[in-house]
Parts: sequence; C-alpha cells; structure tokens
Amino acid sequence: MQRQVALIKQSLFDQGYLDEQFMELEELQDDANPNFVEEVSALYFKDSARLINNIDQALERGSFDFNRLDSYMHQFKGSSTSIGASKVKAECTKFREYCRAGNAEGCLRTFHQLKKEHSTLRKKLEHYFQLARQAGPKETARRPK
Amino acid sequence: MSKVETKMSKQTKPTETKKKLNVLIVDDDAINRTLHARIINQIGGVSKTAGNGEEAVILHRDGNASFDLILMDKEMPERDGASATKKLREMKVTSMIIGVTTLADNEEERAAFMEAGLNHCLAKPLSKENLLPLINHLLDA
Repeated sequence: MQRQVALIKQSLFDQGYLDEQFMELEELQDDANPNFVEEVSALYFKDSARLINNIDQALERGSFDFNRLDSYMHQFKGSSTSIGASKVKAECTKFREYCRAGNAEGCLRTFHQLKKEHSTLRKKLEHYFQLARQAGPKETARRPK
Repeated sequence: MSKVETKMSKQTKPTETKKKLNVLIVDDDAINRTLHARIINQIGGVSKTAGNGEEAVILHRDGNASFDLILMDKEMPERDGASATKKLREMKVTSMIIGVTTLADNEEERAAFMEAGLNHCLAKPLSKENLLPLINHLLDA
C-alpha cells in the first residue's frame, strides 16, 4: 500500500499538479508533527474556498473592480505558491494578467478554469492523504526533475 | 576521530541557528505564518505571529517586546511591511528584520523595502535552506 501511496504522489508531480514546494512542506514534517502537510493543505483549501467565494461574489455583481479582484488573486497566488499548487498558481497568474489588461472576459474564463484545477487538486490530495493515513509512515517520493 | 571524519564533520551544514531565536512572523497569509513558524521551530527557534504590520507595531508599543528576528512580509493590509519596518526603526527596535518579498517584485521595489530599515530581503517561499544560512550570517555580523 505504501508503494501505491508513493505512486499517487509521484503522479501529482508528473501531471504538474504539485511542484517542488510540496516537497519542502514534507521536509517540515517529523515525528513531532506527523500530519503537518495534511494540516497545511486543509488550511489552504479552507482559506482558498473563502477567496473563491469573495471573487465569485465580486464577479456576480457584474461591475469589475479589477484592483479588488487582483488583490484577492494576489492572496490566492501567494498561498498556492506556498503549498506547491502549481496549476492553480498558473491560473492565478493568468487571471492577474487579465485584471491588469482590464479584460473581463479573460478573467471569467480563467476563473472558471482555476476553480476546476482547485477542485481537482483538492480531490486528489484528499484521496492521497486518506491512503497515506491507512498505509502508515509515508515514503518520500523522488524529487521531480 | 580520523582525518576523513574530521573533514566531513567540518563540512556538515548546521541544522540550527547559532543561538536560540525569539522570532516575530508578520504576514497576512495564515499558510505562510504556519509554514514560517514551522521552519523557525525546526531551526531551533520559537515564534509569535502578527497578521499585518500594524499588529507588529502594536506589539512593540509598550516597549516590552523583545524579538531577535522579525520576518516581515511586504504586502499586507492595514500597514504594509515597509511602513511597519520604518515605524519599528523609529521606535528604536533593534531586532534583525528580514523582508519577505515575492519573485514578482522588481529590484526597485526590493530596494525601496530595504531602505525602510531591513537587514536583508528574501523571496518567498522561504525554506530552511535559504533562511538558516542567512540568519547565521546576520548573527555573525
């Protein structure tokens, strides 16, 4: 089962969902803090759900306050970077570029994609952590090239 | 100890700071506060957190705060990192202050942040690998 866990984790790197920052999080995990990565992930998804809700509400109002939207996305990008959420981070970057260009349609399109990537990552990580808990002490996957 | 073992022990990188540090982590992002606190813990320090620059200033207002190191995020609501650093220096706070920037910040923005009174700047995400040698270098200075 540990091998299965390691393979799942490796696939998250290989498919570009996670980057090396996730490995940095794992290095902060030890016997005294055995669930650190899962706890930080949970914090990220709780915080990012709030940001997604804020952005959703701002977009639904119809009047595009690009400065406010950019500010929300700055936060979102920051926390996505900290956890190694590579695809989500990339969509955050695109969204901010559309904000700076004042491109409402681009913002809407990118935000839709961002929510998809975010949701996919959440499901994959939840599955990974669930299996990891069942398997016991985690293996460390090799660093992505 | 053999010559080889002596050489290897000299080359071993430190895993903790040269002295136990009391650190203030100033960042509006809860994940960064958690991460940075964990890094500080792993390199042998203890930490307290503040959610923005204004909270950091308020902590020092009564003159009893005593931090060896402040990790100061640049972009924060209420009071940003540059303003908080400038204010703390005006209040005669002598803690080491390391500014935490992003890769998107350009040279001018980093220079302006340094001008506020930082000892150094680092781009996030922070790691033991980039923070520990810098802290030990600043402790030596």
